Amino acid sequence: MSWEVVIGLEIHTQLATKSKIFSGASTAYGAEPNTQACLVDLGYPGVLPVLNKEVVHMAAMFGLAVNATVAPRSVFARKNYFYPDLPKGYQISQYELPIVEHGELFITDAEGNDKRIGITRAHLEEDAGKSIHEGLDKSSGIDLNRAGTPLLEIVSEPDIRSAKEAVAYMRKIHTIVRYLGISDGNMQEGSFRCDANVSVRPKGQEAFGTRAEIKNLNSFRFVEKAINFEVERQIELIEDGGEVVQETRLYDSDQDETRSMRSKEEANDYRYFPDPDLLPVEIAADFIESVRAELPELPDAKQQRFVEEYEVKKDDAAILTISRPVANYFEEAAAATDASAQLVANWVVGELSGALNKDGLEIGDSKVTAAELAGLLTRIHDNTISGKIAKQVFEAMWAGDGSADEVIEARGLKQITDSSAIEAVVDKVIEANPGQVAEYRAGKDKLIGFFVGQVMKETKGQANPGQVNQILKAKLSG
Amino acid sequence: MALHTMTLAELTAGLESGEFTSVDVTRSLLDRIATYDAKLNALITVTGDAALAAAAKADADRAAGNVGMLNGLPVIHKDIFCTRGVKTSCGSKMLDNFISPYDAAIVERMTAAGAVVLGKANMDEFAMGSSNETSFYGPVHNPWDLDCSPGGSSGGSAASVAARFAPAATATDTGGSIRQPAALTNTVGIKPTYGRVSRYGMIAFASSLDQAGTITRTAEDAARVLGVMAGFDERDSTSVDAPVPDYLGEIGESIKGLRVGIVRQHFDEGLDAACAVKVKEAIAVLESLGATTVEVDLPNIDLSVPTYYVVAPAECSSNLSRFDGVRFGHRAENAEDLFDLYCRSRGEGFGDEVKRRIMTGTYALSAGYYDAYYLKAQQVRQLIADDFRKAFADVDVIAGPTTPTPAFKLGDKVDDPITMYLNDIYTIGANLAGLPAISVPCGFVDELPIGLHLVGTHFAESTLLRCAHQYQQQTDWHTACPEAFA
Repeated sequence: MSWEVVIGLEIHTQLATKSKIFSGASTAYGAEPNTQACLVDLGYPGVLPVLNKEVVHMAAMFGLAVNATVAPRSVFARKNYFYPDLPKGYQISQYELPIVEHGELFITDAEGNDKRIGITRAHLEEDAGKSIHEGLDKSSGIDLNRAGTPLLEIVSEPDIRSAKEAVAYMRKIHTIVRYLGISDGNMQEGSFRCDANVSVRPKGQEAFGTRAEIKNLNSFRFVEKAINFEVERQIELIEDGGEVVQETRLYDSDQDETRSMRSKEEANDYRYFPDPDLLPVEIAADFIESVRAELPELPDAKQQRFVEEYEVKKDDAAILTISRPVANYFEEAAAATDASAQLVANWVVGELSGALNKDGLEIGDSKVTAAELAGLLTRIHDNTISGKIAKQVFEAMWAGDGSADEVIEARGLKQITDSSAIEAVVDKVIEANPGQVAEYRAGKDKLIGFFVGQVMKETKGQANPGQVNQILKAKLSG
Repeated sequence: MALHTMTLAELTAGLESGEFTSVDVTRSLLDRIATYDAKLNALITVTGDAALAAAAKADADRAAGNVGMLNGLPVIHKDIFCTRGVKTSCGSKMLDNFISPYDAAIVERMTAAGAVVLGKANMDEFAMGSSNETSFYGPVHNPWDLDCSPGGSSGGSAASVAARFAPAATATDTGGSIRQPAALTNTVGIKPTYGRVSRYGMIAFASSLDQAGTITRTAEDAARVLGVMAGFDERDSTSVDAPVPDYLGEIGESIKGLRVGIVRQHFDEGLDAACAVKVKEAIAVLESLGATTVEVDLPNIDLSVPTYYVVAPAECSSNLSRFDGVRFGHRAENAEDLFDLYCRSRGEGFGDEVKRRIMTGTYALSAGYYDAYYLKAQQVRQLIADDFRKAFADVDVIAGPTTPTPAFKLGDKVDDPITMYLNDIYTIGANLAGLPAISVPCGFVDELPIGLHLVGTHFAESTLLRCAHQYQQQTDWHTACPEAFA
């Protein structure tokens, strides 16, 4: 039988506010346990939550960026359950009336076509703390630094049909939240993680299969691997006559498998009800318009503009728009050189990305600035150096040896464009290779490459390749 | 005139004239508490040293010309309000070991205004009760008859003021918990409009109903304290950012032309006949002062008690989840695992009435029952609020009895929660609708005091205080002191 995979993702994005969603405590990552938890975060008797208005602003930005409705009225509710890392015994979240509803975004599917993924809703909530077991004998510790950190939970429609699409969707959301500046998207620190609802059904069947929810996936790679494992597990199970049970599963990256955590029967009854300590969030239409006015250019629009305005290839435009700093770098470099934008794109996507990856740097920390790269590309464009020499120059620039011009000057890499100098070398090469000359003249045109190579070797690659070609052809035919 | 018999107004005059100091007053009242509280059990904690230090500071402040509205005036806080460095038990074993690291907003405001805190008042556990019998620290006795309950949940606050331990006490009212004990102890109790006074630092019972107020012997004193307590607090999202009127300044104004609504349903068979007579006499006094009476209808008011007993437990079941033995409060010893820690810490820390309400509320919020209970109750709550709104189109205040009977014997209703709950039948409507209400002494039935209940529109505290004050100018019920505490 042929199976169809159905996936919906719930992405938890930590919002990049300075203070927590309902208290004034700092959200900075990595502090000593329980040093960033105030009485509100600790759930002390008598304390009350006060909404950090910045999160409303951020959620509205997200809503507009994914073409969603930003609700004029949304309501915080309490999700009740007991757990040591949940100080109040309930999590403040949004339930019936979320702040964002009915959004969408587009990913590129396996055939290279645009595919729409619906976004059911995005709601605001507070994060819990975490339990610490390591280094403690027969007891557990609780660190409540993370308790009360603002999260935007983004819930997709079950429109995703493969692990690859799931990753593409998650990457798209990741790009959007970073474009908007509403999250640092740091996956190692847990600022961006997701739960995947996965089910399979026979191709052609309309009804959904029973789903399993894989919790807390914190890398794109894990999302892909966990879903692939889960899909195979479910198909095998059904084909062996079994039944998928609705349950929560955990992905173990060491074993590359998902394991059952709790079944539906064991699931909590969360007893949601509107939180009487918080007023409904009312958003006026003019606030939404002011947020819309300040939205940055979003990845899709920017990509399209790069293709139209700079005439760079679509694939390159996609890579150049992966983040705002990368796109800005490209535009800054392109503006500072007469070289073609496609050449700039090639270098940003190629040499520069390679060097950044090798050193584990973000583009903001690049050792070669956009202006410096532009300086190098200008020298290719005006024939001062060849593309090949430029790679050497770039390496030297990366190593801190100075600007393109300084490196070219210091190392004498300037291209030889003096025709008489090139002619002298060409003559020398012709004289030294009478056999090949005879063959060429007998019609073996391909040997032109051999002669070019010899001339370049003699000039240490500095001769202008165009001129070399021209002079060689003239002399050989003579 | 003995210091303990004085109202806040009289004490203020004496302090101003230099007749006595705050230290004199404080010492005198602490002595009284030491002598008499064994009979009443009105206080859980007496903060004598801190009170004397605060009194000395108040005297110094006064000498320096820095005189707050409550300078040097002794008060008692209900033990539901967090007080920094002092045990804040909420009447529960759960918090018997809890020393609050911070002050509640009203404690902060009153201290800043120069108040001297004598101690923390006994109360029903987590404010759940109408007789003060659910307190972990034992029941409070009514100064008018030690075999009787002073009412609840603010029984300790009311008994303290009635017994002249302090001229004023703070209290809270979720479903009559200020007004019912005030009525049963011959004191004045005001529950302000929901949102008028910050709930920050007041341990939550039912967040959408809880409101802090005062118990005093006169409406004038209530005006003085409420003026300090009231006002916007950004730490409480439900507190309302509206200016606070000059309650004390407006209290002397006439009530001529005031339209007083009489609720038909309030004089039905549930009301003790002798009480009904007293309440009608009180309304006649208002008429003699120029008020007119109008009969009004609150067709859904009979539903207020059942509505309340869905909404309040639902909220409390969630509010009390934080008492889990993990970070503060009672923790069971030698827990086998997490589940055992939760079950036994909560099982040991909470009393029966608290458990009853947590279970009721948990049920009301459960999947499959939410719509039938919680949602339905919220809808009825809206109907009741609408009834009041319609009634207030024709009247300025609604007058009636505070309680159906005078104080009942301790132990009488403790095993019958429904009868106990019916004690709040006249008061709960104001909580559900978020309206301000006051109870003022209006006479005695079988030598036990009862109260006249006045409800106003949102933020009409000034009208209620003025009405109660004008009534007290014409009557002297409130000056009566229980014999054993004279």
